[in-house]
Amino acid sequence: MAFNVASASPSLPAGAARAGRPSVLRLGLSRVAIELKVYFRNVEMMFFTFLLPILFLFIFASVFSGDINAGPGVKVNFTNYFLPGIIASGVMSATFASLAISIAIEQHEGMLKRLAGTPLPKASYFIGKLGLAVVVTLAQTAIMLVAAILLYGVELPAGPHRWAVFLSVLVLSAATGAVLGIAYTRLVPNAKSAPAIIQPPFLILQFISGVFFRYGEIPGWLQAIASIFPLKWMSLGFRYAFLPDSFGEFEYGADWGWERPILVLTAWLVAGFVLALLFFRWDRQRE
Amino acid sequence: MPTAISVQSLRKSYGSFEALRGVDLEIDRGEVFSLLGPNGAGKTTFVEVLEGYRARTAGDARVLDADPGSAGSAWKARIGIVPQSTTLFDELTVREIVTHFAGFYPAPLNPARAISMVGLDEKADARCGKLSGGQKRRVDLALGMIGDPELLFLDEPTTGLDPEGRRQLWGIVREFAALGKTVLLTTHYLDEAEALSDRVGIIDRGALVALGPPATVGGRDRERSIIRFGLRGPLATTTLPEISGELTHEGQRVVISTVHPAATLRVLLAWADECGEPELPALTVSRPSLEDVYLTLIAHDGTPGEGA
Ligand SMILES: Nc1ncnc2c1ncn2[C@@H]1O[C@H](COP(=O)(O)OP(=O)(O)O)[C@@H](O)[C@H]1O
Ligand SMILES: [Mg+2]
Repeated sequence: MAFNVASASPSLPAGAARAGRPSVLRLGLSRVAIELKVYFRNVEMMFFTFLLPILFLFIFASVFSGDINAGPGVKVNFTNYFLPGIIASGVMSATFASLAISIAIEQHEGMLKRLAGTPLPKASYFIGKLGLAVVVTLAQTAIMLVAAILLYGVELPAGPHRWAVFLSVLVLSAATGAVLGIAYTRLVPNAKSAPAIIQPPFLILQFISGVFFRYGEIPGWLQAIASIFPLKWMSLGFRYAFLPDSFGEFEYGADWGWERPILVLTAWLVAGFVLALLFFRWDRQRE
Repeated sequence: MPTAISVQSLRKSYGSFEALRGVDLEIDRGEVFSLLGPNGAGKTTFVEVLEGYRARTAGDARVLDADPGSAGSAWKARIGIVPQSTTLFDELTVREIVTHFAGFYPAPLNPARAISMVGLDEKADARCGKLSGGQKRRVDLALGMIGDPELLFLDEPTTGLDPEGRRQLWGIVREFAALGKTVLLTTHYLDEAEALSDRVGIIDRGALVALGPPATVGGRDRERSIIRFGLRGPLATTTLPEISGELTHEGQRVVISTVHPAATLRVLLAWADECGEPELPALTVSRPSLEDVYLTLIAHDGTPGEGA
């Protein structure tokens, strides 16, 4: 038992200490690595936010088969229709739900307080969370796409424009889900209730946003409610990338296109960012 | 000696409840200081204000020449914190979490060395979630020291440890302090405060009620000592000499309570010699223990502090 006397630096001036300080980005990347380890070792978390959306795809594709009619002469394969919605709900799971639950637990059980007592910059902590959300989203989406193509013959976005829309909506959705997840932690009163406070609203949103049902069959007033929230716009953005125009215009009318989803999601991203800054707390152990 | 911590008229209120009612305290660099007090006395509140976790309501606080309320990450790199209670990341191994934290600091200890310092070599690759309470506390300690801080805060570091674990932790703290570093620890164990600290502050209901080295805190050195011995042979039949202090008999034993124990003993021994007895049979001299002083100081009207 001996201390590393060589590195003991009680009289080191602050400037010298600062010179050796690890950068925000490097620390952020080390946070991403740690976050990923914690995430993939936490079986419950992994199952509900990573595997479950992938399972949904298999269940949907197995239970429903055949084509969806959309106007005279327009048919879309069932799995092709639902895949974009399931990707959207997977993104929300991997970002919004997983961050809201994990951060709420970290706030209430003091892990965040512990980090706040170290020189770790806050920005690095957030890089870690955002990095986690992005990596998990990409992995999950990639698995779904590959499975959908190989097993169900789903057609990929047609042409560079649709691909560009797909990727933009994907990144925008992941970022929006992440900041909203951080902000949402404020509504979680304690660590135990985190999943219960986060899953039900998300579940309802999935039903009314056209993830589990055909959007066109949802009553108008529910569509109106769904249109306030980002999930509808995520699935619409992805549908735009995957489905033919003739189909989309029939089902979504004036909403169809890439502009509105991108616009609404950008607005949500900005709003979510501001809300996250306002609502985030490092330590909620004693509330 | 330069000061590590300097606090003037420090107050902290939670709503209308005053948890700290004007605390003044200076702690020198290199000092091991124990804050001793019952549950709810305000120990955690006090250290967490100094760690920068909680905002003070009034008064001044300087920690390593900075205001803890606004100090930045260069300052945090110079302090180490072992909180009273927080959770570890259960999914990470001891080695992973200690190595990860080492990366936050400009000049950290070697993680493997920090792990063996706290006696966790054998558990280095175990997940934190699988450790016992005492082992988790050692991880806490490793995380507090990994940045090689100048000042270490320990909030009830040994609560929940077995006696052997407590002794080991004391050893680690002593070794750390021997490098000239400063330690502020809170405890409600008197033996811990006595064993570790240069000075002790006794806090009760948000106020420091005594301050000083463990041997003299609360006037312990000026309190009366008790001399006891038995009467045997010629001693039993000879009149006792004049002494300063109160004399009572407990059966065949004499009990003297005095503020001058050494002078009194000199008189008594000379008297025994004259009687032809080389010894005072079953002689004991006792000073009030830290516990006696502590219990006297924190004895109040019976409204217990809200446990925390
Ligand atoms: N966040 C808080 N909100 C309200 N009261 C608090 C809070 N933290 C501590 N207290 C109260 O302040 C007093 C001192 O608490 P604390 O500093 O934790 O004492 P100790 O650490 O000595 O046990 C207690 O009565 C406790 O209930
Ligand atoms: Mg406490």
